[in-house]
Amino acid sequence: MLSKRIIACLDVRDGQVVKGINFEGLRSAGDPGALARRYNREGIDEVVILDVTATIEKRKALARTINAVAQEIFLPLCVGGGIKDEAHADAAIEAGADKVSLNTAAIARPELLTALARRYGSQAVIVAIDAKRESGAFRIYVRSGQQATERDAVEWAREAADRGAGEILLTSIDRDGTKSGFDCELTAAVSEAVSIPVIASGGAGTFDHFVDVFTAGKAHAALAASIFHYAEHAVADLKRHLASHGVPVRR
Amino acid sequence: MIALIDYGAGNLTSVRKALTHLGAEFRVPDGPADLDRMTGVIVPGVGNFEATAVLAPEWRGAIAGAVGRGTPLLGICLGLQWLFEGSEEAPGAEGLGAMPGTCALIRGGPDDDFGIFKVPHVGWNSLHVTRDSWLLDGVGEGDQVYFTHSYAAPVTADCVASTRYGIDFASAVQRGHVAGVQFHPEKSGDVGLRILRNFLERAA
Repeated sequence: MLSKRIIACLDVRDGQVVKGINFEGLRSAGDPGALARRYNREGIDEVVILDVTATIEKRKALARTINAVAQEIFLPLCVGGGIKDEAHADAAIEAGADKVSLNTAAIARPELLTALARRYGSQAVIVAIDAKRESGAFRIYVRSGQQATERDAVEWAREAADRGAGEILLTSIDRDGTKSGFDCELTAAVSEAVSIPVIASGGAGTFDHFVDVFTAGKAHAALAASIFHYAEHAVADLKRHLASHGVPVRR
Repeated sequence: MIALIDYGAGNLTSVRKALTHLGAEFRVPDGPADLDRMTGVIVPGVGNFEATAVLAPEWRGAIAGAVGRGTPLLGICLGLQWLFEGSEEAPGAEGLGAMPGTCALIRGGPDDDFGIFKVPHVGWNSLHVTRDSWLLDGVGEGDQVYFTHSYAAPVTADCVASTRYGIDFASAVQRGHVAGVQFHPEKSGDVGLRILRNFLERAA
């Protein structure tokens, strides 16, 4: 049986792992290579490196971070944050990423998804969607949650899948950093609309939140950062909890 | 020396990294004639079955020749599918034909999650070991490995482990010194490294 994936997100800035509250106010949580090593030992299924302040001059630093993490783990590794074109994606993959995640650039140039899927296969192309509840719908925001668009999350998820994205990384802006639980309605709405897997993100605070998103939320994977970073809970404990609630996980 | 075949269908970084970690001597061969001097051949692959067509005809001939001389061969992901006769994904493209059968699109069964059947099959799934093989030496029943694919090989006499996702498909195959894995051993933690090590020992 296919296991539900537990994914650790490393929000990286200047080579250090940080974590924001609602995308703002960053505090440091350590060295990315050391964290990846710890997660691997604890049984994490996948790692995402998110460059939260990606700029042109920082891309070389990012490549070093990707390489440092890739040396520590033999698990799927995804890189996102500021990937604007094929050259950025090439550099991330060359440095050791198995998948790249596109957010703002995919909305601006959806054909980029198709180009990357042709080049690397759909399994390497993740579309990241940051959504916020507004008048009964889920509106997409870009530029790290700072800029509203006219796009609806469910409708864009469908289009992105048609254009070649292989997975959707769906973040609830309302829940991100709050530890009040994943937005299961948002996640289920997108998961039911597409034929590709959906990774739920934003709001993980307790083990039961993961049970909820894997049942009511119909998610295939769940991503969290701070719940793992500060050793508040071990990945292994979370998996034990999920298994005892009938959620299939890799042990 | 292991030959890592690069036919331009995806990145080899992860495979290189795992082989380096295991202390393997390997290189991407410059041309088909290079295979004469190799002790093992790895055909990795992600992407479309049609992409394997670029292996033909010189590479296909050279790899078939190496197999004929007894050189161990490991196909990974698309590389496993290529060991068979062909695939629904690209009806015109010929596989190596080292194993009988044709690969087909994964289709959903009644046990689908939430009634939503997702293709590609992405994530960690378990191995059901169907018979003993050098390839899976030390791998336990139910051990999990990482998959990402839409097409799969049938369960035949060459199958050494099967996996269930909608259907039962061959997740690992082995016939003599020819072997293949549908999952990515280079991304499957300790279980994956063990399988790569088994191949490297065979190809030493």
